[in-house]
Amino acid sequence: MSNIRQSWYEAGARERIAALVDPRSFAEFVGPECRETSPHLGIFDLPAQFDDGIVVGSGAIDGTPVLVAAQEGRFMGGAFGEVHGAKLTGLLRAAKALARDVVIAFDTGGVRLQEANAGEIAIAEIMRAIAEARLGGVRVVGLIGGRAGCYGGGGLIAGCCSTLIVSEQGRISVTGPEVIETNKGVEEFDSRDRAMVWRTMGGKHRTLIGGADVFVDDDAAAFRAAATAALARPAKLDAAALAAEQARLERRIARFGDLGDATDIWHALGIDDPKAIPDMPADAFATLAAQYRESADDAR
Amino acid sequence: MEILHFDIAAPIAATGTRKMALVGVVASGNLEVLVERGDAADRCAIEISTAAHGFRDLWDAVVADFVGRRAAGGLRIAINDGGARPDTVSLRLAQGVRLIEEPEA
Amino acid sequence: MRQWNTRKQMREERIAAGRGFATGKLVDPETLVDFLEAVLRPGDRVCLEGDNQKQADVLAKGLAAMDPARIHDLHMVQSGVVLPEHLDVFDSGIAKRLDFSYSGPQSARIAKMLFGGKIELGAIHTYLELFARYFIDLTPQVALIAAVSADRHGNLYTGPNTEDTPTVVEATSFGSGLVIAQVGEIVDTLPRVDIPGDQVHFVLDAGKPFYVEPLFTRDPAAMTETQILTAMMAIKGLYQPYGVRRLNHGIGFNTAAIELLLPTYGEKLGLKGKICTHWALNPHPTLIPAIEAGWVEQVHCFGSEVGMEDYLAARPDIFFTGPDGSLRSNRAFSQTAGLYACDMFIGSTLQIDLAGHSSTITANRIAGFGGAPNMGSDARGRRHPSAPWLQAGAEADPDTAAPLRRGRKLVVQIGETFGEGNAPLFVEKLGALELAEKLDLDLAPVMVYADDTTHIVTEEGIANLLLCRNADEREQAIRGVAGFTEIGRGRDKAMVERLRERKIIQRPEDLGIDPLDANRNMLAARSIKDLMLASGGLYRPPSRFRNW
Repeated sequence: MSNIRQSWYEAGARERIAALVDPRSFAEFVGPECRETSPHLGIFDLPAQFDDGIVVGSGAIDGTPVLVAAQEGRFMGGAFGEVHGAKLTGLLRAAKALARDVVIAFDTGGVRLQEANAGEIAIAEIMRAIAEARLGGVRVVGLIGGRAGCYGGGGLIAGCCSTLIVSEQGRISVTGPEVIETNKGVEEFDSRDRAMVWRTMGGKHRTLIGGADVFVDDDAAAFRAAATAALARPAKLDAAALAAEQARLERRIARFGDLGDATDIWHALGIDDPKAIPDMPADAFATLAAQYRESADDAR
Repeated sequence: MEILHFDIAAPIAATGTRKMALVGVVASGNLEVLVERGDAADRCAIEISTAAHGFRDLWDAVVADFVGRRAAGGLRIAINDGGARPDTVSLRLAQGVRLIEEPEA
Repeated sequence: MRQWNTRKQMREERIAAGRGFATGKLVDPETLVDFLEAVLRPGDRVCLEGDNQKQADVLAKGLAAMDPARIHDLHMVQSGVVLPEHLDVFDSGIAKRLDFSYSGPQSARIAKMLFGGKIELGAIHTYLELFARYFIDLTPQVALIAAVSADRHGNLYTGPNTEDTPTVVEATSFGSGLVIAQVGEIVDTLPRVDIPGDQVHFVLDAGKPFYVEPLFTRDPAAMTETQILTAMMAIKGLYQPYGVRRLNHGIGFNTAAIELLLPTYGEKLGLKGKICTHWALNPHPTLIPAIEAGWVEQVHCFGSEVGMEDYLAARPDIFFTGPDGSLRSNRAFSQTAGLYACDMFIGSTLQIDLAGHSSTITANRIAGFGGAPNMGSDARGRRHPSAPWLQAGAEADPDTAAPLRRGRKLVVQIGETFGEGNAPLFVEKLGALELAEKLDLDLAPVMVYADDTTHIVTEEGIANLLLCRNADEREQAIRGVAGFTEIGRGRDKAMVERLRERKIIQRPEDLGIDPLDANRNMLAARSIKDLMLASGGLYRPPSRFRNW
């Protein structure tokens, strides 16, 4: 068959890890053979998955030891449950203890409704664990480009990462499109207008507005290269960086807060033909973004 | 959830040295198959967890076909079923055997 | 003394009554309902477009808003029962009797209304058959049609979605009926004239384009390994050995997967130029990679497909286009092409019984037939030979001397043994039979009859019904590819093995295909975005298909 680039979007969690780490370097923690499944799903007559929808372990990227996690977006929409969340919390605490960087492949709709309390607690624990790890000099690199996007608590966690790498298909937000529509009405936000959904939450817009740092093609090799580069950047989280980011966010909302659509924001950023952005090929977009985008001062 | 157990004679023995193989994902119409090594080289043990109740006969037919056609001997298989069709189950079981027989990386 | 121009006179009366609500031919949109009440008569036979894709939606709404005390008991004759208004008119008593072909989007409601006695059913037809009756015994007295634009003389531009309109207008206008068109805008000069103004009596400026849905777009991201497997089997086990160049694909994922495997798997088999060169087909986005790779010489379309307009206009060597550059489709002619000029029909269904009859109709859902009965029928009027046709004919009837032995069109049902909701494809008794009993119909609504069906393709194998010599062999051939369904499990294993030796059943392994090798990397495009890129950006996918 023809030589096809490996689509990140199409890949499952295990395929993404295999594409990220050096061959034969991955050792899984709490793997499927341990059968640490959700204690809650059976009550709802829902099937469990042996790894509870997240794969965590250690590996090496270009020889450098890292800890990795990848969410399986096809299982329960990649949503956080008790075990799923605990595996990521544990990984991040290990990262701090070992002073090892972490790469997380997000693919999540948020918290599982069936495990709401445990899921929400997990989100908070994960955010705290990221902060503590980063304060200790650990880098936490997030990769977003899967079918479920990075929503809800996942969006909050992404906001705590050192670097976010995103593809065009990826989406980052807290509230999802359908919920916005239900709460604000279809005139305000038509969740079936997918072009608009992607303009609002998709990888290209997030890159341009400083919500993500690096834009890559839907290509596992590109994600790996960007993750490698991100792991070489300075790792710093301090009060000054946070203050700078706060100021940037305040300026951003003052500047763009009244604009109605992402194309208006892109126009305000100085881009000549904002309507051409969605269909622009990845490399052309990356070049354009480098010139016009808002950056995020190493924190978000 | 309905839990089904099968422990049957499997004439073709699985080869390879891998301890474990995992195929599939628990999503609607899909299933996860965890393949590990069992005790007896001429038997296959399969445990299925499924939310679709009352299909024992169908699983019986799929499992019988599987052990007859594939190298299922000496394997212990665990399935989490997301409501997959029988042909998908057959495919995943065959994929699981192929994977566990693959040479060590 | 008999009057011989009563129809023309009636039309003149209607036109005179309608004039009060129009300026020349142009109806005042504010008075649409009054206008319709003025030009219609109770008991009229009305054709409302109602096509497979486009809908005269503003006229449909107007019709449904009429006062049933004034206009009632209409006899609706239309291809498609698609919009809610198409059934609302029966609920309110505006309409009473229905002859149609396809009701996919309304399949549940129409079933309820038929059982509830709200609709008097004439018959369910295949498209070409219904069109034929427009000229014999179902000639509309009034036609409500949809066009893109009109000029001030009433000339119409129907554009890529021309579909049924020329046929409807031909029958109605020349049968002395009244033709009323809804258009998106009135212009000074049309891009081209699809319907001449002297066939059109009234025009309504709806101020917006007619309703149209993308029905033939299948997202490659949703294609499964099993669909890819059946596609590989079809190409290797049917297209290649019969050398099928001229064909029609029914709608569905299995056939869309075949389209996406031509530039990859078909290329590997060395089949370019030998198969799939001439098509009766709607503009499937999934055919783009094959077209771009040089597989396709020509396609005639029943209708258009939302998002494909620019691509079609950029490929006039392949598609039928007007002097303005845009597609010209025509359902009646494409259906005729599928009947007489194609050597294969391949499509999917919901149920197949032990004889090989297939149907999509169940007791709860009456989706009608669409084009399948026509496309999936052996054309006994055909006289020109072709290699696949002769080969199939020889398989069906090896004993007759060749010069007197007709060929056979390949009619193939393809699908997984378990369909949506894990419902088995193979059944003892068709839901269509149960429906016939329930509604006291003369005929069970069978989509494709057993004696037209030549092959069945499932993930378990291909059954060649042409080679079966009796009902027993036929039944076991069907059971032999029915997988783990109850029908499949009830097979006579020994007989199935003998059928396999005679190549009446071929398993993937017999075709040199390992089911484990069927994977998504074989698709020439794996996403809607890939299709857009393959078209050089000319294909503009509708919003619902975007993930970028």
